[in-house]
Amino acid sequence: MKDGRSPDLILSTSPFLHAQATTPRIMGDVLLCTVPVILAACWYFGLGILLVVGASVLGAVGTEWIFTRSGPSTLRDNSALLTGVLLGLVLPPSFPLWMAFLGGVASIGLGKLVFGGLGQNLFNPALVGRAFLQASFPTAITTWTAPSQGLLSVPERIFAIPLLQGATDAVSTATPLGLAKFSKEFTDVLSLMIGKIGGSIGETVGLLLILCGIYMGIRRVFDWRLPVSTVLSVAAFSGIFFLIDSEKYPNPLFMVFSGGLMFAAVFMVTDPVTTPTTPKGAWIFGIGVGFLVVLIRLFGGLPEGVMYAVLLMNAVTPYINQYTQPRRFGG
Amino acid sequence: MSSSAAFKENVSRTFRHGVHPPENKEATECRSIERVPFVREYVLPLSQHIGAPSVATVRAGERVLRGQQIAKPGGFVSTTLHTPVTGTVKAVEPRLHPNGKMMPAVVIEADPFASQKVEPAERPSPDGISNKQLVEEVQKAGLVGLGGAAFPSHVKLSLPKDRKIEFVVINGCECEPYLTCDDRLMAERPEAVIRGTEIMMKNLGADRGYIGIEANKPEAAARLREVAPASIEIVVVQVKYPQGAEKMLIDAIMKREVPSGGLPLDIEVLTNNVGTAAAVADWFDRGVPLIERVVTVTGPGIPHPRNLMVPLGTPVSTIVEYCGGLTENTRQVIMGGPMMGMPQKSLDVPVMKGTSGILALTSVFQETAQEYPCIRCARCLEACPMFLNPTRLAQLARFEKIESLEEYHAMDCFECASCSYVCPSNIPLVQWIRMGKAMLREAKSKQ
Repeated sequence: MKDGRSPDLILSTSPFLHAQATTPRIMGDVLLCTVPVILAACWYFGLGILLVVGASVLGAVGTEWIFTRSGPSTLRDNSALLTGVLLGLVLPPSFPLWMAFLGGVASIGLGKLVFGGLGQNLFNPALVGRAFLQASFPTAITTWTAPSQGLLSVPERIFAIPLLQGATDAVSTATPLGLAKFSKEFTDVLSLMIGKIGGSIGETVGLLLILCGIYMGIRRVFDWRLPVSTVLSVAAFSGIFFLIDSEKYPNPLFMVFSGGLMFAAVFMVTDPVTTPTTPKGAWIFGIGVGFLVVLIRLFGGLPEGVMYAVLLMNAVTPYINQYTQPRRFGG
Repeated sequence: MSSSAAFKENVSRTFRHGVHPPENKEATECRSIERVPFVREYVLPLSQHIGAPSVATVRAGERVLRGQQIAKPGGFVSTTLHTPVTGTVKAVEPRLHPNGKMMPAVVIEADPFASQKVEPAERPSPDGISNKQLVEEVQKAGLVGLGGAAFPSHVKLSLPKDRKIEFVVINGCECEPYLTCDDRLMAERPEAVIRGTEIMMKNLGADRGYIGIEANKPEAAARLREVAPASIEIVVVQVKYPQGAEKMLIDAIMKREVPSGGLPLDIEVLTNNVGTAAAVADWFDRGVPLIERVVTVTGPGIPHPRNLMVPLGTPVSTIVEYCGGLTENTRQVIMGGPMMGMPQKSLDVPVMKGTSGILALTSVFQETAQEYPCIRCARCLEACPMFLNPTRLAQLARFEKIESLEEYHAMDCFECASCSYVCPSNIPLVQWIRMGKAMLREAKSKQ
């Protein structure tokens, strides 16, 4: 103000301070947490998984780019990238690339954009993509690779030519849940925790997933009630059956660490868009997911039910929100 | 980090929800209140409080003495205005008001040779006067809530028949970042704060008084404790925004919720700002009406941040000048705090009764921030001290769903802006809710 005039002052609305967290940074935090999960998967299943995840990301980000080209870029919010990565991580390690790509397209196209883009979607986009693949390629998505393939392993099967089923050269294995369901064989919990099992790319290392969950919980990336209630509810409901007949039903720890439960608890039920916004709603959501998971796993036709459990609870989330509105202050 | 951090008390009392913006008080929290020199021209808008504007009682050319009445109340919810200087009335004309409009104001040219001593006004002793008399005196003194809202104090003090006040809660939280005017007032004039509190308690028949102070003002709390009688408790509360909202403060101190749409009176509580309490004492003990107030002039755009005792009507430009002028990179000037304050386009506006701070900022949040879609992260729900659903309210306002706005209790929002502060998608939530409330009010008035 040396010349005695005031600078051009800007008018805007209060508040004039703002917290640090932004939506792209929240998405970035989740992406950061997928890095150790991806590295662990490389260790168990070989570098080939990077191609599978890459194909899924390409499908997701490509679709977002094509359909939102005309407006302001929505790629900068990192959400499409995250959806692609999460879908990749719930696919089998030797999943054909073209299918993974298609899954990515479906997750963004059918899971998000048809609803109106980020924030508007009813269902978890990555799980919509996976449900699409489950319906389209039921065999490919349940063909599992045994762990310890060697770091440099890239299964030939992933390069299968579109629409022509490729050769199953991978060492096929069953997942712990499959073993439990169909041959009443329970894998020991330690193997489950360190991920020495067959399963989807990102789902196997239970302990690592817990660490990621704690990091994101502390950074307030999500509402801690969601993963906690989900895990506790699976443990509680399966615990009831375990107490009734411990020969027939798996123990709660097995239920928590097997299949996609821990991954879903950390990366799927924590998606803010498709889960309740109220604290009470978060508990209801988690309890609902846990109940459905136990129901499907123990009494359904499929060995695993996490995906359907989460999608079903996504569907009722608007109602949960509506019926759990908090009491207003002084009301 | 605040220099006083080491002395912070371990306190548990607070309200639920709220946010933790950076406090940013270190530039001025240890600076004693300084008096600014008199300037030539003072502009006193007739509307500087909530309610009807005051009515000018002087005409151009009239000589006025410091502390003399220049405008009378324009109704019950309105108050008196006094000249802060001895001089001549230059005009009663529209002038630029901090709200951005041209509003009628009394313009006074100071007499450079006058002594500027205040002749004590005639007033009764506060002991034994009726509630009606107290209300009249407080209105005569021109007192309004000095925390920022500027609601005429006598209206609050007026006790309806069959109602009683059990507790007087004095608000020294000063939860807005940057501001330190209340902090310094409590530290430097604790006797006046206590005295004003006692006058109000005695008149209203309240047994107990509380002075709520956030834990980042240990000096103020200590000074007040030195002089407080047994009937007045100094309560240190957690540092959290908006702790200084009266409903939040009452909740923190006595775990009572003011009913939705109601007043503290409904739970037998009276609240007032510490500055207002001191002003009550000034009127009864010294006969001085409200003609000046403490203003914190601070922010990254101010070279020499200070706490100033400023005569009302002083142009903001001159007090900014007194603090070294705005730095070249100043982008915004806010009147009040950074959470609820009002941005100014020009510095040619006067300091008013509700002006707690002049804040110069060097960056504009809205210019750098991109708005993203709501991801329903629920941070705003966790921030809202009224337990509302800000993102839902904003959405309802955007689509003009007026009935639903009422269903989701839009009118309970007091616009503290905590929701906008935490929103990671940079959605101007509180701005939408303000618009929603306006729509709701309009719809109601049509009915």
